[in-house]
Amino acid sequence: MSLLMAILIGFLYAVSIYLLLRRSIVKLVIGILFLSYATNLMLFFTGGLTETSPAFAEPISTSELATASDPLPQALILTALVIGFGVAAFSMVLIYRFYKESGTVDLDELSEIEKS
Amino acid sequence: MLGVVPASLFFVFLSKIPVVGRGDAFKEVYPWLSELGIGLSFNLDGLSLFFALLVTGVGALIMIYAGYYMRSYQKTNRFFGYLVFFMAGMLGLVTASDWITLFMFWEFTSISSFMLIGFKHEKTAAREAALQALLITGVGGLALLAGLIMMSLPYHSFSFEAVISDPQPFLQSSLFVPATILIMIGAFTKSAIFPFHFWLPGAMQAPSPVSAFLHSATMVKAGIYLLARLHPVMESQELWIYTLSVFGVVTMFVGAWFALAQQDLKKILAYTTVSALGTMVLLIGTSTAYSVTAALVFLLVHAFYKATLFMMAGNIEKITGTRDMNQLGQLNRYMPVATVISLLALLSMSGIPPMIGFIGKELMYEAKLNAPAAGNFILLTGFLANAFTVFVSLRFAYGVFWGEKQGFKKQPHEPDVSLLAGPAVLVFISLLLGIFPNQIAGLLGPAFQSILPGETLIKLKLWHGFNEILLLSFLTVLLGVVMFFCRKAIIRIVSYLNGNYFNLKLSQRFFAGIDVFLNLTKRKTAVVQHGYHRFYLMTIFIAAALLLILTMPAIDFQFDFDLKFNGLAFFAMLAAIMIIAGSIAVVVAQSRLVALIATGFVGIGITIVFVLYSGVDLAITMVMVETLTVVLGAMVVYHLPKYLNYSGVGSRIRDGFVAVFFGFVMGFLALQTSKPTTITKISDYFVENSYTKAFGENIVNVILVDFRALDTLGEIVVLALAAIGIVSLLKLNAQKKSSR
Repeated sequence: MSLLMAILIGFLYAVSIYLLLRRSIVKLVIGILFLSYATNLMLFFTGGLTETSPAFAEPISTSELATASDPLPQALILTALVIGFGVAAFSMVLIYRFYKESGTVDLDELSEIEKS
Repeated sequence: MLGVVPASLFFVFLSKIPVVGRGDAFKEVYPWLSELGIGLSFNLDGLSLFFALLVTGVGALIMIYAGYYMRSYQKTNRFFGYLVFFMAGMLGLVTASDWITLFMFWEFTSISSFMLIGFKHEKTAAREAALQALLITGVGGLALLAGLIMMSLPYHSFSFEAVISDPQPFLQSSLFVPATILIMIGAFTKSAIFPFHFWLPGAMQAPSPVSAFLHSATMVKAGIYLLARLHPVMESQELWIYTLSVFGVVTMFVGAWFALAQQDLKKILAYTTVSALGTMVLLIGTSTAYSVTAALVFLLVHAFYKATLFMMAGNIEKITGTRDMNQLGQLNRYMPVATVISLLALLSMSGIPPMIGFIGKELMYEAKLNAPAAGNFILLTGFLANAFTVFVSLRFAYGVFWGEKQGFKKQPHEPDVSLLAGPAVLVFISLLLGIFPNQIAGLLGPAFQSILPGETLIKLKLWHGFNEILLLSFLTVLLGVVMFFCRKAIIRIVSYLNGNYFNLKLSQRFFAGIDVFLNLTKRKTAVVQHGYHRFYLMTIFIAAALLLILTMPAIDFQFDFDLKFNGLAFFAMLAAIMIIAGSIAVVVAQSRLVALIATGFVGIGITIVFVLYSGVDLAITMVMVETLTVVLGAMVVYHLPKYLNYSGVGSRIRDGFVAVFFGFVMGFLALQTSKPTTITKISDYFVENSYTKAFGENIVNVILVDFRALDTLGEIVVLALAAIGIVSLLKLNAQKKSSR
């Protein structure tokens, strides 16, 4: 399944970059969301794909643990997810404010406002 | 009062004269980066002592003078701060015993010179002159640093001793030529040697005490000091000898020439200083016992008379309100004492007995007569330059103290005693040393040994007997006097030539060059910093992708290619289709709401992947986060204008290419990471200790709240900050609305 996952990751990155390069600030924010999707999936993938065996530590048996999924990438992704949510929420409110102040959602227009 | 510090230092250094010959008078080392051999180290040898005495001695007199001179100025505390800072820098420079320390203090003096030239910063001319001096000496400083490092490379040590005691590794290294040229550029910029000489006349914007101290007696001699310091290393190198001789001669002549027709007293003195500095460079380059003795004596002589004359020029300006020679005259009636002091200094400058200037000039002629290379040419230009100096001195004396009587705005009077004390002391010493020249042999001897080890100082005497040198001196004075009697014609000719043929205006060229450079950088900035965030991002992504390709090991295509369609893999395929379909929908969507919902769709697809491959906690969190994001997004999007396609087809295709390229690279990276490795995993530690030490069964949770609890706390703080940010952004809005 590695190939499928790799294709997915590459695809998500491509979509994210494409969106980040748009002029509309709304697409930019969605691009940020996709960037974190892609990166989280990548991290998850580096931990190895383990089917139906979450990382739980049993008091007694330690033999099973060798086959359990890697907990560290998951812990990292968990942190990233929550931070990503904070960033997404903040940036959404920011574009809302941005539009209220500037009257545009076109970033190129903003550059021109800045220059003049 | 501030004069006490340099004066007491002066006496401390004076007491070192008898011991300095032994070579262990004073040594201090403070290591800093000892691995690189960098630290602060000081050593007082003959040459250092000679300069240290000059700096503190003249410094003390200047301090006394400046104390009164600066009374009419604002912010004098700042002025004295800079002056003391300079003095400390200069002392450090001449007592340093490794190249890095020397360079550091070298820059100190450049900076303090900048501050002092620009002291009257409300004047544009002063600011420009200060900037010009700083840029030129600053560029020279950089060149010097590069040269010194190149020089020290073969030694793994920056100390003077390393290269001076054994110059061969440096002389034979491939960096010898660039290092020597860079070091000479450093010395030439500092000492105002042609073609860098033009900053010095500009520096006359500084108050007179500064001109007297920095720009004639001490700082501009730093380059000479450096050349003298390096002399034992370079003395037999043709590159060194010829460059110094040529630039020395040219500067000597150019300085004297431009001094001829000046009207501003300080400009006259500045150009004769340039000429004198050229002479010193020439004398060091000539590298005989005569020339080195002459260089040392002349350095001292010049410091004495030039500091005196600058102080007197300052006095004259203070009393009459002008330093333009055309508006001055007949001052001997009002200030007889000042007249006598100035005349003695001018005698010393012209090299007329019994002043020490005479001895300096005799030695110079003797050195030039004995010069090994191109002696006649050097002798001729030296003779002319000296005659010009005589002419300028006569013009100065006559134009200011006699000449036609001018109507002064203020009634001139004798300057205050404290304004005359410094010049008087210097002139008195010049006179005394002229009569008893061997009193300074004890000081000059060790300095001479530092420059030219193995030879002995030429004995100084006022009277050499009737010989060709005396004849030369006589002819010099004669030519100067003759020129003086046809001064009107000469000034007219020189002004005409300067205006039409020698109209170098290096200073203006310099600023034009700066403007060109600024325009260039502006254009460069406009290209690189274009202000379009998309292109910044594009640059970053392309660069990142290329770097990733570079760092990837050779790609082999031995991957797990089999796609299973049974069991879990079937559901994984479904999730993948969901993600891909959702992504495509986001890209092509014409409505912001559709795009947002499709984003949520993709998020749920990823959640399913997490569920399938044992990421239970991830899936739970992801569902919550996705839901909240979509809800929040919907609320925001409601207020935004319609979804519009701003980009044209061309830029879409271009962006598509960039995106696909980056996606491919990341996909490959993912495949690379999926290969099994033998590296010990950090997670083994967590797996082993999760239950035994932290008493938690869910290892992911234990990592978050126990092993990496501090990170989680940080994460909570980030969330809280985001929340505060959101609230304040919304609140700001409400307040604005209500104020409207």
